[in-house]
Amino acid sequence: MDSLGVFASVLPEITLTIAGLALLMVSAFAGDNAGRLVSWLSVLALGLAGVLLATPAVHAGGLVFDGLYRADAFAAFAKALIFFSAAACVIVAPRFFDGDGGLRAEYPVLILFSSIGMSMMVSAADFLTLYIGLELQSLAAYVLASFARKDARSAEAGLKYFVLGALASGILLYGMSLLYGFSGTTGFAGVAAAMSGELSTGLMFGLVFVLAGLAFKISAVPFHMWTPDVYEGAPTPVTAFFASAPKVAALALTVRVAITAMGPSGSAWQQIIIFLALASIVLGAIAAINQSNIKRLLAYSSINNVGFALIGLAAGTAEGVASVMSYLFIYIIMTVGSFVCVLQMRDKDGNPVETIASLSGLSRSRPGLAAAIAIFMFSLAGIPPLFGFWAKFLVFDAAVGAGLTPLAAIGIAASVIGAFYYLKIVKTMYFDQPAEPYATARSPIDYGIITGCAAIIVAGYLLNPWLDQASAAAAASLF
Amino acid sequence: MSQSFPILSLMLAVPMIGAIACLFVSAQSARWIALGATLIDLVLGAILWLSFDMTPGAAEWQFTEYAPIFGKFAWALGIDGIALMLIALTVFLMPICIGASWEAIKDRVGEYMAAFLFMETLMIGVFAAQDIFLFYIFFEAGLIPMYLIIGIWGGADRIYASYKFFLYTLLGSVLMLIAMLWMVREAGSTAIPVLMAYDFPVEAQTWLWLAFFASFAVKMPMWPVHTWLPDAHVQAPTAGSVILAGVLLKMGGYGFIRFSLPMFPDASAEFVWLVWGLSMVAVVYTSLVALVQSDMKKLIAYSSVAHMAIVTVGLFAFNQQGVEGAMMIMLGHGLVSGALFLCVGVIYDRLHTREIDRYGGLAVNMPKYALLFMLFTMASVGLPGTSNFVGELLALMGIYQASSWVALVCTTGIILGAAYMLWLYRRVVFGDLVKDDVRAMPDLSKRELALLVPIAAAVLWMGVYPESFLAPMRGNVASIVARTEAVRPEGDAQLAMGKGKPTETHEDHAEGAH
Repeated sequence: MDSLGVFASVLPEITLTIAGLALLMVSAFAGDNAGRLVSWLSVLALGLAGVLLATPAVHAGGLVFDGLYRADAFAAFAKALIFFSAAACVIVAPRFFDGDGGLRAEYPVLILFSSIGMSMMVSAADFLTLYIGLELQSLAAYVLASFARKDARSAEAGLKYFVLGALASGILLYGMSLLYGFSGTTGFAGVAAAMSGELSTGLMFGLVFVLAGLAFKISAVPFHMWTPDVYEGAPTPVTAFFASAPKVAALALTVRVAITAMGPSGSAWQQIIIFLALASIVLGAIAAINQSNIKRLLAYSSINNVGFALIGLAAGTAEGVASVMSYLFIYIIMTVGSFVCVLQMRDKDGNPVETIASLSGLSRSRPGLAAAIAIFMFSLAGIPPLFGFWAKFLVFDAAVGAGLTPLAAIGIAASVIGAFYYLKIVKTMYFDQPAEPYATARSPIDYGIITGCAAIIVAGYLLNPWLDQASAAAAASLF
Repeated sequence: MSQSFPILSLMLAVPMIGAIACLFVSAQSARWIALGATLIDLVLGAILWLSFDMTPGAAEWQFTEYAPIFGKFAWALGIDGIALMLIALTVFLMPICIGASWEAIKDRVGEYMAAFLFMETLMIGVFAAQDIFLFYIFFEAGLIPMYLIIGIWGGADRIYASYKFFLYTLLGSVLMLIAMLWMVREAGSTAIPVLMAYDFPVEAQTWLWLAFFASFAVKMPMWPVHTWLPDAHVQAPTAGSVILAGVLLKMGGYGFIRFSLPMFPDASAEFVWLVWGLSMVAVVYTSLVALVQSDMKKLIAYSSVAHMAIVTVGLFAFNQQGVEGAMMIMLGHGLVSGALFLCVGVIYDRLHTREIDRYGGLAVNMPKYALLFMLFTMASVGLPGTSNFVGELLALMGIYQASSWVALVCTTGIILGAAYMLWLYRRVVFGDLVKDDVRAMPDLSKRELALLVPIAAAVLWMGVYPESFLAPMRGNVASIVARTEAVRPEGDAQLAMGKGKPTETHEDHAEGAH
C-alpha cells in the first residue's frame, strides 16, 4: 500500500491529533476564557472524525503500518460510539463547572487525547499498539478524574485510579511479555498462530495475565474495586465519560484480543470470560442495593452491564461479537442519558446533589426529568418494551446459540436482582413524598440530549434492521 | 375488504395515542380522553367480534398483519377465537375501569389514565401477538404500568406490594425468554402458529415446559406462588384490582393454552401430576384461607386463586370440555371478580375501609347495591344461569374424564366457594343496620349503576346462552385438543358406555385405574 493510502486509514486519528494539538495551543495562549470555544471546536473535531469513519479506507479492513493497526468495520463501529460519547461529555460539561470557576480549556483537550488513545485501542492489531493506545487513554483519564482540583474527593479519585491503573498496566505488560516470549511475536495474528496448537504453560499464563489486565480496564469483577470510588469522586461529566467511551474501547479491545489473538485457545479464555461475566452481574447487582449515592449506584450498574456484555463474548461466535457491539450501542445511549439526567440534579444554590434521597417526589416537581430517568432505569433493568431489553436479548440469544443455555439462564435470573435497585430509583421518584426541588436551569442542549436518548430507548426497535446489519458487519471483520 | 384493514394495529394505537395525550392535559380532559379512547376500542372490539368468521373451515388465524420491521422479530398480529374472546373481555372491562376511577382518583389523573391506557395496549397486544418475541415484550411490559398504578395510587402498604408484584412476576418470566430463544433456534421461526405445529424433541420439552410453567404459574397465579396476588389486590386502587383480576390473571391461562399445551404436549402430559396436585391444594387451601379473611378484597383475591386452579385442571384435562370450560371460567371470572372488586370499591369509597365487620345491613339502605352484589356473589358461587356455572361445570366434566379424584377434590371448591361468598354477603348486606356511618351511606349513583349493570347483563348472557362465547373458540380448542390427543392420560372414570361383554370391560377398567 502506498504511503498516502496508509494515512487515509487513520484519518480520524490524524484529525483528532491535529485538533488536540492546535486546541492545546489555543488554550495555552487564550487561557481559560477560551473554555467554551475550545469545547465547541473539540466537538466539531470529534464530529469530523466521526464523519471520516464513513470513508472506505477507515472501515474496509486494511492492515496498515506493518501489521500494527487494523482499520476495519469493527473498529469503526466502536469508534463511532466513542466519538459520540466523548462529544456528549464535552457538550454537557460547561454548566457543571460553572460553579467551580468555569470550565478550564484542558478538559476538552484531554478528552480529545483520550479519544485518540481509545481509537488506537480498538484498532490495535498488535500488543504494542494496544499498550500505547491504552496508556494514552489512561493517562488522560487519570488527569480528568482529579480535574476538580479543589475537591478532595476528586483528587482521591484521580490518585486511586492512577495507582490501580498502573498496577493493571503492569499486569497487562507482564502478560504481554509472556505471550511475546512464548510466541516470538507481539502481533495478534502471530500469537494466534502460536496458540493454535497445544497451549503451553507460558502462553496460558500470558493469556490469564492479559485478560486480568483488560478485566481491570473494563472493571469486571473481581477487578472492579476502583470503579465506585472513582465514579463517585470524579466530576460528574468525567464520570459520564468514564462510564461510556473508555468502557466501549476497553470492551471492544477485549473482544478483539480474545477473538483474534486468543481465538484458537477458545475454551481457555472462555472459562475466564464466563467467570468474569457471572461475577460482574451478581456483584454489580447485589452491591448496588445499598448505595445512597446515585453515581456509586451507576458505577455498580456499569459493572453489572459489563457482565452482560461479556456473556455475548463468552459465546465466542460472530453472532456473540455482534451482540456485544449492539449491547455497547444501547448501553452508551442509556448511560449518556442517565448521566445527563444526574447533571440536572442541583440544589437551589446550583451545587450538584448526588444522593438518591434527593430524588424523592421528583415526578411532581420535574415530571419530564423523572420520566426520562424512569425510562433509563427500566431500560437498564432490561424491562421491555424499552431498548435495554433488546441489548440483553441479543447477548442471551448469542449465548443460547453457542450452546451456553445454562449461562444464559443464570445470567438472566441474576438480572432480576439488578432490577430491584433500578426500581428503587423509580420508587423514590414516583412513590415518595417530594423532597426539596432542584434548581430549574434552562439548558436546552442537555434537555435535547436527554430527549434524544430517551426517544431512542423508547422507539429503538425501529433501528433494529440497521443495528443488526452494522453489528454483523463489525463482527464479520474479526472472523 | 375487512381482512386487509389493520384493525388490530388500530386497536393498539388508539389507547397508546390516548395515553400520550393524557400526559399533557388537565385532569378532567384526561378522564374524557381515557373514556373516549377505551370506548373507541370497545366499538372496534365489537366490530372485530361481528366480523370474525366462525363458520367451520374458516381460517384459524384471522385479521393477520405482518411487517418484518424489527430485525430478528416481526410486527405480526392475528387472532383466533380464544384470543378474540380475551380481547373482547379486555375492551369491555377497560371503560368500566376508567369509569370506576372517575371520582376515586383525584391525584395525578393524567398519569393515571395514561398508565391505564398503556396497559390496555399491552393487554390487547399480548392476546393479538403472533410473533413469540412480540408476545414476550407485551407480556413483560405490563409490569411497568402496573407497578406504577399500585405504587402511586395504592393503599398504605403499596410500596411493598408493588415491589413484590414486579419482582415475583419478573423472576417468573425471565426463564421463559431463554426457553423462547432456544425454541426459535430449534424451529427456525418466531411465528407462534409455526411453533405450535412444531414437534420439539421430547427431552427438551421437559425443560421448556418448566420454563414456561414458571412464568404462567406465577401470573395465573397457582399455589404456592400466589402470594403476590393478595398483596397486590389489597393495595391496588379499585380499577387496578379489576384489571388485575379481570385480565392480567388470564394471561397465565392464555399462555398455557397458546404455548404449554400445543407446543409441549409430551411434557404437559408428563407434568400433569404437578399441575393437578398444585391445583387441588390451591382449590381447598385458598378457599379455606378465603373463609377466614376479614378484608373483603383479600377474600376475593384468594377466591381468584381458587377459581384459577379450576381453570388449570380444566386445561390439563386434555379434552374439549375441559379446555372450553377453562376458557369460560376465565371469561366469567374476569367479569365476576371485576364486578366484585367494583362492589367493594363502591362501599370503600363511602366508608374508606375494607373491613367486613365495619359493614352490615346494607340491604336496608342500599337495595340496588344489595341486588347487584347478590347477583355477582351467586355468579361467583357458580349458580346455574350465571356465567361461572357454565365454565365450572364444563371444566369439572372435563377433568372427571381424566381423573375422578381430581374432580372430586376440585368440586369441594364449589362448596367452599359458596361458603365464603355467601358468608361474606351475609355479613356485609344482611343483618341489622346498627352502625350510624353505615346507615348514612347512599345507594348506587347513576355512574356506579352504569358500571355494574353492563357486567350484570354480560354475566347473565354468558349463563343463559353460552353458545355466543363458545362458538368462536370451538374450532381452536379442538385443534389444541388434537395436538395433545396422542399423550392424553388414560382416565380412570370411563364415561363411555361399554357395549361389549361385561367381563372384558371390567378388565379394561381395572387396567385403566391402575
